[in-house]
Amino acid sequence: MIEQVTFAVLLFIGGTIFTLKILRLRKGLSLARPSERNDQKAERWKTMTRIALGQRKMGTKPLAAFFHLIVYVGFVIINIEVIEILLDGLLGTHRILKYPLGSLYNPIMSIFEWLGVAVIIACIAFLFRRWFGRIPRLKHKELDGWPQRDAHIILYTEIVLMIALLTMNAAEEASLKNSAPFFFSNIIAQGLAGISSENLFFIQKSAWWVHFVGILAFLNYLPHSKHFHIILAFPNTWYSNLAKRGAITPMTAVTNEIKAMMDPSFVPDISNNPKHFGAKDISDLHFANLLNAYTCTECGRCTDECPANQTGKLLSPRKIMISTRKRVEELIENPGSELNLLDNYITREELWACTTCNACVEACPLNIDPLDIIVQMRQYLVMEESSAPQSINAMNTNIENNGAPWAYSQADRGMWIKEN
Amino acid sequence: MSELISIPTLAEMTAKNETPDVLFWVGCAGSFDDRAKKITKAFARLLMRAEIKFAVLGAEESCSGDPARRAGNEFLYQMQALTNIETLNSYKVQRIVTTCPHCFNTLKNEYPELGGQYEVFHHTQFLKTLLEEGKLKVEGGAFKGKRIVFHDPCYLGRINGEYEAPRKVLSALESELIEMKRCKQKGLCCGAGGSQMFKESEKGAIDINLERSKEALASDPQIIATGCPFCNTMISDGVKHFNQEGKVQVLDIAEAISQADDI
Repeated sequence: MIEQVTFAVLLFIGGTIFTLKILRLRKGLSLARPSERNDQKAERWKTMTRIALGQRKMGTKPLAAFFHLIVYVGFVIINIEVIEILLDGLLGTHRILKYPLGSLYNPIMSIFEWLGVAVIIACIAFLFRRWFGRIPRLKHKELDGWPQRDAHIILYTEIVLMIALLTMNAAEEASLKNSAPFFFSNIIAQGLAGISSENLFFIQKSAWWVHFVGILAFLNYLPHSKHFHIILAFPNTWYSNLAKRGAITPMTAVTNEIKAMMDPSFVPDISNNPKHFGAKDISDLHFANLLNAYTCTECGRCTDECPANQTGKLLSPRKIMISTRKRVEELIENPGSELNLLDNYITREELWACTTCNACVEACPLNIDPLDIIVQMRQYLVMEESSAPQSINAMNTNIENNGAPWAYSQADRGMWIKEN
Repeated sequence: MSELISIPTLAEMTAKNETPDVLFWVGCAGSFDDRAKKITKAFARLLMRAEIKFAVLGAEESCSGDPARRAGNEFLYQMQALTNIETLNSYKVQRIVTTCPHCFNTLKNEYPELGGQYEVFHHTQFLKTLLEEGKLKVEGGAFKGKRIVFHDPCYLGRINGEYEAPRKVLSALESELIEMKRCKQKGLCCGAGGSQMFKESEKGAIDINLERSKEALASDPQIIATGCPFCNTMISDGVKHFNQEGKVQVLDIAEAISQADDI
């Protein structure tokens, strides 16, 4: 009974903290403008299924995709066992699904074990890749400190969770003399053969509790981690930008202003006008930008493909996402913060280095769009502050005056026909 | 190469009560930049050879607004776009072909939301169709067996998903088509996009166009082919930087096709 109560209390506490964290995230995301991406629902479900569930964009790096798939499948399927853990924990039963599942139970548990071992191998492979691999995007200086620590904590935790699962099974098998002949735990069970049945029972129970508490802890760790993508990948891909890739999101406020200028009788609806053009801080961005930032798993595929970053410029699309998330976190903790996303988190040098080549957008396995943030911040710089680089101002003046980025007369546009 | 070309403007054609099959949108570089003008002329010549009835806007054409928009000047972009759309719609233009992937992208993907609906082609797509329909015939000529590497312009490839047309057209030259490691979806930008063409680059280890030119030269080509006047400038500069301009030519696909028979 005590165990059941303890279990229920822990579950309640873990669940409550997680709920609070989700509410906190909601508060953070609501700092942005609402997203207009509620159209084309069928297409959105399709995108989510393809990109998040089906991991269609992972395959460009086949080895990473393979190990990632193992961890992903392992995570989803082994978590079915959590149902049993919850029921056992609350009802004080032991392996409650054994009866309804009958002869299927052992094969299913065996599959979980196979997956568990595969997950351990994949996590070790990922650790080795981080330690010894020559993969610049995983060593980039913007990952120094928390991001690197975060990446390691996740991998260690997953290994611990899987080991707990195997140990639990093994201790039980050793004490009950092979009641559940699972392949891997059977091997461990042989190593445990000399231990008294009381101690084996203790090991089994401990492993069970470690697994349960581990899952709760992991769940509550997610909102602080890049690993949040295991949940946010789904809403994030649902809110993907479905417009044509080459089309920058139009600013209706500007269209209205121009239409009013051209036609004085035109009365625009200004109720939805932003407080200023472009983005200076979080409240100027839209919901999907922030969701992007929290979904980013810091894999760095974007930065790896970015021509500016690859030639030593300050810009890194991944850092744009990390900075945005940091700024939202700061605003949640300190709503009166007088800092801004612009300058305090993302510098002008970064923004002006972008060639809008869309390589980052193409590379992201989760349809995150760093370019959208960059363009909105450029819009702020140009349209609110008029503080573009001198040469950009000159280009704009030329376009304004003579319809070309250079100072040639528009009347001469057809001159090439006569030149031979 | 040097036969006089006579191309009507849309205004002239309309005055004669005629309508073109397609409007050739020349773009700023194609109108004013000396190097890009050669691309414009080469493509115009090909259109004439294929007996396509086409016109240009001439003095009525204005910047599509792409560099302004990507530099963050949405106001200027929309002014340009709305003005151009008014011009295009007043002539009831339906089909447009352009030698600039930036104009191509903006006309095709960004004008519709402001009321400009056209069927827009990049010139490599247009040339591909002309070759397929037999309206244009090309033999390798001077290009036969030459090593050609194609640099994907971002706004044609990654952004509009067109990787096939330029390669298909190049294959008509019976040359040896080679690929860089960073090609197609992973094609490295030449460094000109996002209005970088018109400003100094930020400080870094190397200029993007040099990085790209180095990669192109490493594939040991005789010709580097592009489909964008800005890529052409950037890579030509890169080739000069590495003192390879005597050995390696930088050509637009339209130039290669139009020269195949001439040289």
